[in-house]
Amino acid sequence: MIISIASGKGGTGKTMVSASLASVWERPMTAVDLDVEEPNLHIFLKPEIISEEKVYLEVPQVDESRCNLCRKCSDLCQFKAINVMGSTLLTFPEMCHACGGCMAICPEEAISWERREIGTISQGKSGRIDFLMGSLRVGEAMSPPLMRVVKTKLAKDLDRSGGDAIIDAPPGVSCPAVSAVMDSDYILLVTEPTPFGFHDFKLAVEAFTPLKKSMATVINRSGMGDEGVRKFCKERNIPILAEIPFDRDIAGAYSRGKVVADLSWELKSLFSALAGSIYERNIGGQKCAR
Amino acid sequence: MTKVAVTSEGPTLTDMVDPRFGRAGGFVVVDPDTMEHAYVDNGSSQTMAHGAGIQAAQIIADSGAKVVLTGFVGPKAFEALKAVGIKVVQNLDNMSVKEAVEKYKSGNVDYAQQANK
Repeated sequence: MIISIASGKGGTGKTMVSASLASVWERPMTAVDLDVEEPNLHIFLKPEIISEEKVYLEVPQVDESRCNLCRKCSDLCQFKAINVMGSTLLTFPEMCHACGGCMAICPEEAISWERREIGTISQGKSGRIDFLMGSLRVGEAMSPPLMRVVKTKLAKDLDRSGGDAIIDAPPGVSCPAVSAVMDSDYILLVTEPTPFGFHDFKLAVEAFTPLKKSMATVINRSGMGDEGVRKFCKERNIPILAEIPFDRDIAGAYSRGKVVADLSWELKSLFSALAGSIYERNIGGQKCAR
Repeated sequence: MTKVAVTSEGPTLTDMVDPRFGRAGGFVVVDPDTMEHAYVDNGSSQTMAHGAGIQAAQIIADSGAKVVLTGFVGPKAFEALKAVGIKVVQNLDNMSVKEAVEKYKSGNVDYAQQANK
């Protein structure tokens, strides 16, 4: 089972929840940082990094002596990464999404691949937790291609371990956020009960609903703000699986890079109960259905 | 004389210069000597999520214009225009297409060395 920890708004506590859930998870667990633009789950889980490899995107390279300027590639490319301008063929590798269309459509076989580095993928261990992280090269415009590579690696690892995964997703509701959650079985939205949190929470629900995945919520910093999120969840039938109190000790532990579930017996129970209800709603539920 | 393409909000010489290059409404392609002109729509670039500037540059290259008069050009579009030797005059917004061409004809303009957006 793959659980994505997502949110609309940034700073609601995705990484805190991801680290704590991973640490209390009873089955084999891979914790994955898919917030590749600014990965920071490692700050809390403090994994020992075992391997690190560079990830490349394959972008078109044109043999201009074979190009007859037919424009088929240029007309096909939705990102204008390859263009015929007059009698000049022009590529913009940073615009390329590596779909391979230009190479497939070229009747002259003038296009081959060259590699462009887009980031790194790191693997490690944090106690019994397997750790996987993508880090986008600074200046790189698109994160989904790197995320795709991390997800492929995760799928292989899960096949081998038979365990579960928690994905720390990037904030927002655009391509990176959707790309992070789309292959998961369960989406856990971390929000805060403030008008700002609520506003972005609604956007997240709207963005992820078409994916037709089970969704639930964790309210972080419970005790502040208003009732907007709770009312909305009730109306939309989105279960609130846990409420993490707005508490100075939690903020203090977080500020020192600690896993919040390790702070006290009460918090450990809170996250264990959260893990239990997620597990039950997925694997437990499936068993019941059979 | 070389034809110039002016980013425009509409098809005539009296329409205003569209300050945007990539997402301009269209281009009025003008012969500065005779002021004869034709309009090229840029709707296909406007609807693109990415690469509007590059697409617009391609349209300009196809139109045969060798100079672009506009408000501002982004870095990729600028690179594309430069690659095919099309010169760019920026900061010609807040005037009509005709006024932009007159200003160009007066010689009181600078060709951009780089993108200004």
